[in-house]
Amino acid sequence: MKQENALEAVNVSCVFRINQGLLKGSKPLVAVNGVSLQIQKGKVVGLVGESGCGKSTLANILLGLQRPTSGDVLYSGKTATGFSNRHIARRIQPIFQDPYSSLNVTKTVKSIISLPLRIHKIGDAASWDSKVNEMLDLVGLPKRVAESYPSQLSGGQRQRVAIARALIMRPEVVICDEPTSALDVSVQSQILNLLQDLRLELGLTYLMISHNLAVVEHMADRVAVMYLGRIVEEAESAVLFKEPKHPYTRALLSSVLTPDPRLGVPDTQLGTIFPNPIDPPTGCSFHPRCASRIDICSQKMPAPHLEKQHMAECHLFSK
Amino acid sequence: MKNSSPFLRGRQTAEEILEPRPMAKLRRRVFKNHSFLIGAVILISIILIALLAPLFSPHDPYDQDLARRLMNPFWHDKKTNDLYLLGTDKVGRDYLSRLIYGAQISLLIGFLTILISGTIGTALGVVAGYFGGRVDMVVNFIINTRLAMPVFLVAMAAVVAFGASLHVVIMVLGLFLWDRFAVVMRSITMQARDLDYVKAARAIGCSTPYIIIREIFPNVLSSLTVVATVEMANAILLEAALSFLGFGVQAPTPSWGLMLNEGREYMFFSPWLLALPGTGLFLLVLAINLFGDGLRDVTLERER
Repeated sequence: MKQENALEAVNVSCVFRINQGLLKGSKPLVAVNGVSLQIQKGKVVGLVGESGCGKSTLANILLGLQRPTSGDVLYSGKTATGFSNRHIARRIQPIFQDPYSSLNVTKTVKSIISLPLRIHKIGDAASWDSKVNEMLDLVGLPKRVAESYPSQLSGGQRQRVAIARALIMRPEVVICDEPTSALDVSVQSQILNLLQDLRLELGLTYLMISHNLAVVEHMADRVAVMYLGRIVEEAESAVLFKEPKHPYTRALLSSVLTPDPRLGVPDTQLGTIFPNPIDPPTGCSFHPRCASRIDICSQKMPAPHLEKQHMAECHLFSK
Repeated sequence: MKNSSPFLRGRQTAEEILEPRPMAKLRRRVFKNHSFLIGAVILISIILIALLAPLFSPHDPYDQDLARRLMNPFWHDKKTNDLYLLGTDKVGRDYLSRLIYGAQISLLIGFLTILISGTIGTALGVVAGYFGGRVDMVVNFIINTRLAMPVFLVAMAAVVAFGASLHVVIMVLGLFLWDRFAVVMRSITMQARDLDYVKAARAIGCSTPYIIIREIFPNVLSSLTVVATVEMANAILLEAALSFLGFGVQAPTPSWGLMLNEGREYMFFSPWLLALPGTGLFLLVLAINLFGDGLRDVTLERER
C-alpha cells in the first residue's frame, strides 16, 4: 500500500560557510546533513529537535527559500529543479512561529490575506474581497477584522490571519514552524484545533515543526527526531512515543515537564552542552551526551536501521 | 458573561472593540506632542509665506534705490518706515520682501536637496541592507568614499568649475548629503529583512523588487522622514554658509546667507541687517528639527 508523497526530501544537505575572520578563512557549517523525509499526502508529520539542530533550515529548503547544497526536494514525486519559486509557492505555504513579526504592520488584514491572490493574479479585485471574507470565516475571525491593522489584533487573532494567508491559495502542504510556541497557553489549543479542523476540511498535509512534544503527539501521524542536522529516529507517532529507540529520543521524552511541582525538573542526563555544529563530534554526533554509548560510537557514524517502518540511527540497533 | 456561547467564539473581546482606530490614536498623539505642534505651525507658516511671496511682500525684492538706502526698521525710527517695515539694505531694497523671497530660496534648496540625496541614499541603503554580503561591502565602500570628501571643498571646486549658481548648489548638496540616508536605511532594512513577514512574502512567491518596495519600504518610511527633516535643516544651513562665503547663490538673489554676508560691513551700525536673516534661518531650522523629532515620536509608536 504505497501512498503518494506530497513532499519528499531526498538526501538533502545544506552547508553554510561561516567566516571566522579576515585571515582565518571560512569553515563549513553543516546545518542539514543528508536528510531524507517523506511526507505522505493527507498526513501530519512532526519534526522535533533542539534549537539549532537544523529544523528551520530544512523547512526553508522545503519551501524553496534556501537552495540545498546537495540532494533533491520532490514535490508530488517531481523534482524541484525547473520549478520556479512561484510554482512551489502554490503547493507549499508556511505558518511561522511569531505572529507579531510574520504580519506586515503597515498593511490591513485584508491586504495581507489577499497578497497571494494578487501576486499570482488569481481572480479580480471583487473576487479577492469575497475570498478574504470566506477565509476569515474559515479561520474563525469576524468579517470586520478585514479593515483593521495587525496592531489591533491579539496574538491568537494574528496567527489566524497568518493561517488564512497561508491557505487562501489552497496549497497541498503547509509547513507549520512552531505555530503555537509564541502564543499564550490558552490560545495554543485553539490554534491547534483550528489547524486540525482545516486539515480535515481542506485535505491538507502538514509538516509540524516543534520542540513541544505534546503538540507533536497531539497532531502528528508520523514523527521524525532531528539531531545536529540528521534525522536520528523516525516512526509512527504512537510507536515513537510508546517505545522510543534512540537514546536521544528517550532523553527528549523524559524531559517533558509534569504538572506536579514536587517531581521537580526531570533529569535528561543530556548535560547542558549542545555540540558546536562547526566542529561536530566524531562518529555518532550524539555520543558525547549519550547515556548508553559504547566504544564504536566515537569512531563510526551509525547507519540507519529500519524495522517495521521504524527508523533509528544508532549503533545499539545496527549490530 | 456569555463568553462561552458559540456565537461569541472567535469574536473580539470588549477591550479590542474599544481600542480606537489607528487614525484616532495618531490624532491624539499629535495633539499631545507640543514640540511637534510648534514645529509644524512655524514650518507651515514659513512654507505658506514662501509660496505666496508675491502676496505677502510689500515691494519688489530686486527694486533698488540709493536714495532710501539703510532705512531703519520700525522699532528704530517711527517716521519713515510706513512703507518699509523692516527697513532697507545698502542699496535700498525692501528688507522684508527680501526676507520673504529668501525663505523661498532656502526651502527650495532644502526640498530639492533631500529629494536628490534621499533618492540616492535610500536606494543605496535599502539595497545594501536587503542583500547584505558583497553588495553591502560595495555600498559601504561608496559611503566611506563619500564621507572622506569634505562637502565644502567639493562645493568650492564645483563653483570654480561650473560657476556659482543656485543649480550648482542644489546639485552639489544633493549629490553629497545622502550618506546619512544610506547609513540609516541600511541598518533599518537589515532589521526588517529578517522579520518573518519578508520570509512569508518570499514563500508566497513575491519578487525581490516587490518585497523591497511594497513590503519593506512602508516599514522604513517613518525613519526616512525623520532623516529627511534632519538633512533638510542641514542643507539649508550649508546653503547659507556657502552663500555667505560667496560660493553659493549669487547676488542679487535674495538668499539669507547672502544677506548675512552683505550686511556684515554694517554690523555695528545697522545690526538688524544680520539679525533678521539670522533669525529667519534660526526659526526655519528649529521648526524643521522640532517637526522631525515630533514626527518620529508620533509615527514610530504606531508600529506596535
